[in-house]
Amino acid sequence: MKHIRQLEDQSIYILREAYKNFDNLGMLWSMGKDSTVLLWLARKAFFGHVPFPLLHVDTSYKIPEMIEYRDRVAREWRLNLVVGQNKKALAEGMNHEKGRITCCTALKTEALKQLLEEKGYTGVILGVRSDEDATRAKERYFSPRDKNNDWDFRDQPPELWDQYKISFPPGTHIRIHPLLDWTEINIWEYIKLENIPFLDHLYLDQGTGSRYRSLGCAPCTSPIQSTSKNVDEVIIELRNSKVAERAGRAQDEGRGMEQLRKDGYM
Amino acid sequence: MATDTTIQERMNIVIVGHVDHGKSTLLGRLYADTGTLPEGKIEKIQAICRQQGKEFEYAFLFDAFLEEQQQGITIDTARTFFTWGDRQYIIIDAPGHKEFLKNMVSGAARAEAALLIIDALEGVRDQSKRHGLLLSMLGVKQVTVVVNKMDLVDYREDIFQTIEKEYREFLTQLNVVPQYIIPASAKQGINITKISPETPWYTGPSVLDSLAHFHLETAESEQALRFPLQDVYKFDARRILVGRLTAGKLKIGDRLVFSPTNKSANVQSIEAFNVDPPPTQATAGQSVGITLDEQIFVERGHIATHEETRPLVSTRIRANLFWLGNQPLEMKRTYTLRLATREVLCEIAAIHRIVDANNLDDRQTQSTVQRNEVADITLRTKSPLAFDLYASFETTGRFVLVDNYDVAGGGIITELVSDEQEDFRTEARERDSAWVKGDVGAEERSRHYGHRAAVVLLTGPDTTAKSFLARKLETVLVAEGRHAYLLVGENLQRGLDADLHEMKAEETVRRFGEVVRLLTDTGSLVITTTNAFPQATKGIVQTVKTLVNPIQVVTVHMTKDQAGPQPDRDLIFAGPEDFDVCTHKILETLKQKGILAEPTGSQSAVQFSI
Repeated sequence: MKHIRQLEDQSIYILREAYKNFDNLGMLWSMGKDSTVLLWLARKAFFGHVPFPLLHVDTSYKIPEMIEYRDRVAREWRLNLVVGQNKKALAEGMNHEKGRITCCTALKTEALKQLLEEKGYTGVILGVRSDEDATRAKERYFSPRDKNNDWDFRDQPPELWDQYKISFPPGTHIRIHPLLDWTEINIWEYIKLENIPFLDHLYLDQGTGSRYRSLGCAPCTSPIQSTSKNVDEVIIELRNSKVAERAGRAQDEGRGMEQLRKDGYM
Repeated sequence: MATDTTIQERMNIVIVGHVDHGKSTLLGRLYADTGTLPEGKIEKIQAICRQQGKEFEYAFLFDAFLEEQQQGITIDTARTFFTWGDRQYIIIDAPGHKEFLKNMVSGAARAEAALLIIDALEGVRDQSKRHGLLLSMLGVKQVTVVVNKMDLVDYREDIFQTIEKEYREFLTQLNVVPQYIIPASAKQGINITKISPETPWYTGPSVLDSLAHFHLETAESEQALRFPLQDVYKFDARRILVGRLTAGKLKIGDRLVFSPTNKSANVQSIEAFNVDPPPTQATAGQSVGITLDEQIFVERGHIATHEETRPLVSTRIRANLFWLGNQPLEMKRTYTLRLATREVLCEIAAIHRIVDANNLDDRQTQSTVQRNEVADITLRTKSPLAFDLYASFETTGRFVLVDNYDVAGGGIITELVSDEQEDFRTEARERDSAWVKGDVGAEERSRHYGHRAAVVLLTGPDTTAKSFLARKLETVLVAEGRHAYLLVGENLQRGLDADLHEMKAEETVRRFGEVVRLLTDTGSLVITTTNAFPQATKGIVQTVKTLVNPIQVVTVHMTKDQAGPQPDRDLIFAGPEDFDVCTHKILETLKQKGILAEPTGSQSAVQFSI
């Protein structure tokens, strides 16, 4: 498990750099396995404390167990939870039937943009990983976003050794990605190693022969066929799987991710 | 693919080389031929190629951006994961186009080993050499060279040997010995995952097998301790010093010395969350938190080591630097230097020469360093920097320069250049190491006095009323209940310095500095002027700073001439000023710097970061 501890040391270093250098910092938490590992790493980095708010972009279409879990963990770990929602779009009846990209843009990208603007965060920590998607493979650990939240992937700043981009012009912000070097299997290995509480009812087979591999909104996320009933079985399943992790996420079809991410999606 | 082995370790490998020499193709082929691609990935890309009427290329598998696929080049570094044997590899595909050199450098800086690709038909090109040079500067010591596109030269051994000879000679000049030089064709899958009959004259491993011959560097943990402080936390009762060990080991009970301040204390505990039993030691690579048995002044940027193996300290360093900034690197401009967690302002003191990657012997002199150039330079930092030579310690031997919000260059330190403070610095270090303390610590004094020890030093030409302002400041501070003392330099001449001949200016300055140091050890605010040293004003500010380090010295310059050159001071009073206003401004500065607590009697108003 030495390789997992190396990843942990690197991620903790990044989290501490973020905390030191950004006055107004927030961490996105979707209650999924990745951002929950990220939250756990923050507790490791800050010795049981989480010294910045956890931000959840609530599309209102999340699987109900996710919201229960969110509120329970926030209480138990004494988290400062901030929930953002694009209320205007929801009031106008936005849903995935209007087009998946349209819906994601309104309820996630736009909601996030509103939340960041309202609270004036200059640093946002996210749990994205390189192996999820080809555009995320090209990210930096500290990745600048301009005034419109856009990602200029053509001209990313250099990132040398452990020296990150910690200064930025007013009006822009930095996305911080401590999990960039983790794979899906690493996440599960770490959950097991540290015994991290996660949404086991959704991520593990409860006897129906299916489980979620990736969590999102209920209408756009499908469970996969799997009989993995514990973390060990999930790890073995993933080692033998050749199906992409986000195959159950409808918005990734075609060039969806590149366009979404360029416009400020996570 | 071996699916059920347990992964034991992970390694970062970067693929570099001139544009179009086949880096992305090699990567794609490596994945395809080992069966490591997700289901349907090849079919999906093949379908897109058919749609667009293009021939399928393995490079398309990882060039994610629409623009990259349209132009057929890699714009930014991609990280891909690849498991083989008991290792998890992160393979970093770096762009070869000159325009994207900063992206190549970002990718290579993370790598422990490199595959450098050379096109057999084109031979060694500009970026083949520049990438080789940068690899050596970035600390990537393990390199395997792949001579690709051998199919285009009919797998001729003589062509391979010519390239091998030329490139091996080039690498030798950089002190890099390639592990293997492999003839291959990524497009045809020759010598990628297995040795093929097309090159019967080649006896080495395939590209895939060569990866297992890269070893993970574990030497750092055998070196002397280097623990650069990242932050100091006070979330609860514990005062935890955090950071990542970049070399060596530490354990509970070790005596640590912090550079460049020379403060020392023992490790009392190693703190960790969800670890039972708590750790008793830490080793290179680990992000840790420790507590000390004594509350000494430490902050981000200080480097903790064991007493006998301290880093070097100077304000001048010589370095090899590569520049990636949009603006050229210029003399006389201020840049921010970052070394481990330390941040300090600096200037370029000299550009000795520009290193030409194509011809390492041919070096030219210039007054600026352009984007993508490598130069041999001397830097001058504004305050003393603790560092190592790159040849001894990797992480504390290198730095980056920040220009206009971005990291714009990186350097490795080749030499310490002595500055004029060298002797005083040694004196301070030796004196502090042997200093015998009483039972009352600096923090306790601060708590009782409502301020930290500090020095207010007034400089400027004669008859600018330095001593008048100094007296006023002492009076006001004492009236507020502070422990302030006006040290008049002339008073030392008839007592402490009575044995000195007038000509011994340097010794009078040294003694003056040591007296200031002694007074600050009492927890006092020492107010003094340069009046007694009309000849040595420039040097005296530096000398006092060096001798009282790490006590803060607040410098106040007084001049009658508003337009004249203004030295580098915390406060400048030019022309006739209202002395009450001046006094007030000094008090405000002392508060801003966290030296004075608010004068309300509530002594906890200021967080003493001791």
